[in-house]
Amino acid sequence: MANNMVYLALQNNEDARPIIEAIAEDNPHATINHYPAMVKIDAPGRLTVKRASVEEKLGRDWDPQEIQINLISISGNVVESEEEFAVERLS
Amino acid sequence: MAKPMNMRDKYNRMTRDLGWEPSYQPKSKIYPQIEFEGIKIENWEQWEDPFRLTMDAYWKYQAEKERKLYAVIDSFAQNNGQLNITDARYVNALKLFLTGISPAEYSAHRGFSMVGRAFPGVGAQVACQMQAVDELRHVQTQVHTISHYNKYFNGFQDFRHMHDRVWYLSVPKSFFEDAQTAGPFEFITAISFSFEYVLTNLLFMPFMSGAAFNGDMATVTFGFSAQSDEARHMTLGLEVIKFMLQQHPDNVPIVQRWIDKWFWRGYRLLSLVAMMMDYMLPKRVMSWKEAWEMYFEQNGGALFEDLARYGIRMPKYWEVSVQEKDHLSHQTWATFYNYGHAAAFHTWMPDAEEMAWLAAKYPDSFDRWYRPRYEHWIAQEKAGHRFYNPSLPMLCQTCQIPMLYTDMDDPTQVVYRSTEYQGEKYHFCSDGCKDIFEHEPEKYVQAWLPVNQIYQGHCGGATVPEVLNWYHLRDGQDNRDYLYSEDRQNWLRWKEASSQLETT
Repeated sequence: MANNMVYLALQNNEDARPIIEAIAEDNPHATINHYPAMVKIDAPGRLTVKRASVEEKLGRDWDPQEIQINLISISGNVVESEEEFAVERLS
Repeated sequence: MAKPMNMRDKYNRMTRDLGWEPSYQPKSKIYPQIEFEGIKIENWEQWEDPFRLTMDAYWKYQAEKERKLYAVIDSFAQNNGQLNITDARYVNALKLFLTGISPAEYSAHRGFSMVGRAFPGVGAQVACQMQAVDELRHVQTQVHTISHYNKYFNGFQDFRHMHDRVWYLSVPKSFFEDAQTAGPFEFITAISFSFEYVLTNLLFMPFMSGAAFNGDMATVTFGFSAQSDEARHMTLGLEVIKFMLQQHPDNVPIVQRWIDKWFWRGYRLLSLVAMMMDYMLPKRVMSWKEAWEMYFEQNGGALFEDLARYGIRMPKYWEVSVQEKDHLSHQTWATFYNYGHAAAFHTWMPDAEEMAWLAAKYPDSFDRWYRPRYEHWIAQEKAGHRFYNPSLPMLCQTCQIPMLYTDMDDPTQVVYRSTEYQGEKYHFCSDGCKDIFEHEPEKYVQAWLPVNQIYQGHCGGATVPEVLNWYHLRDGQDNRDYLYSEDRQNWLRWKEASSQLETT
């Protein structure tokens, strides 16, 4: 079976919680794994963090580049725009 | 008013527009290192930066990370956070981190400053400059955080002096010096791709999560603060690889050989991390074996499936790393226990509960190969014959690790590989290390091997006390068994005092 898994790992803190909730809602194919101090989100193919969804949770403007403050690690090719931050596999 | 620029335009204005065409010197004189490795770049303008981070945004986010980190460090110090760790044995993992890894962050800072200057493309220059600043931040935050532990525990006091001298610290030191003395394309493949993208998750994710689990909020915070830069570094590593592979087909075999070499070099270096995870964390998050499966076999596997379209395959000898996952941490820890008198941290034998955990995590290897050995050493220690190995081990000429790894078909037999070069015989721990030497023997014959240097009289003298003195390692304070250490005595005293305070 082809392995096309990607992940995003975020700190388990107050800043990251709305981002994690937005990712969970926008990526129903994702699995959320909790570790001490860290949340690792795994998914086949692609994971998308949408600006609009995070802004909805936060109640303020949010620039997708802000994810870098609480991002621990990634796997996959990064796709970045004004509207979203994503990691994906090529195939 | 002018319309605000979109992200791509802004990024281009803040990076590409900083470059210019030289008029009074040819480019070959300005960038003299760019051709000798054989990498062919047709067009630097095709460099794509996945993180379109401009310098103003960079400073803004980095300042935010620093504010958060130093708030935690302050509160950790003010609240005597060192008393909230699970057990003082844990602090030994930090000693290994500060002496072995923090100076390597500084080497990475120097390396990225050099390659940022060596590359002609503006996108690559900016990414390397940011990473050079990041790496400097990492070493500084690590020294600041761990300096608090230096007030209470032995072994931290002279980490920089030790890094250049102590036998096992030559393993990370030589790894980075090997990369820094390569050309710019090999350096960035080695550090950004093979080390950062494929391997550093093993260090920062399970280990830092382990630090949190063991009550060390200061370390977990610098660890994750550093790791938040790592996402950008990893992306740079992947971009560099794809860029080289797309620029010219002649680059593919060169890049593949570098991936093979630096995967194996990095994997050998991670033996220290394997031992930290399985033996040095009083509360464990996951075993080395589980971490290798999650971060290398699963995520590394997906990565190399992506790269197959460019003609790149899995790194050579990756199968050996999978076979060794049942043995790596045990063989490494057993070696440090043997040489605990010459290490700048304390060693110990796992207790009954920890051995049960190891047996459960390693059902195919622990009870059969390692528990009997440990039980024998524990009995010897109880009888007053704690075994310290008085001889000096033979080192691998490439990775500089003592010859401790065994044949996976027969874990009682140490692997010995050797080759001849200009009438001299050289020794290796593995086929991977032997291959690396044979491709560049003129480089590796110059290796500064600690054991050989001691025998040649360059390390303070011929006896162990003289060598320890030369290391600035205080015999009886920094080394030997945790059980009899000042660290443990102090820890028990502090914990008793604080529990008495709580009951009054």
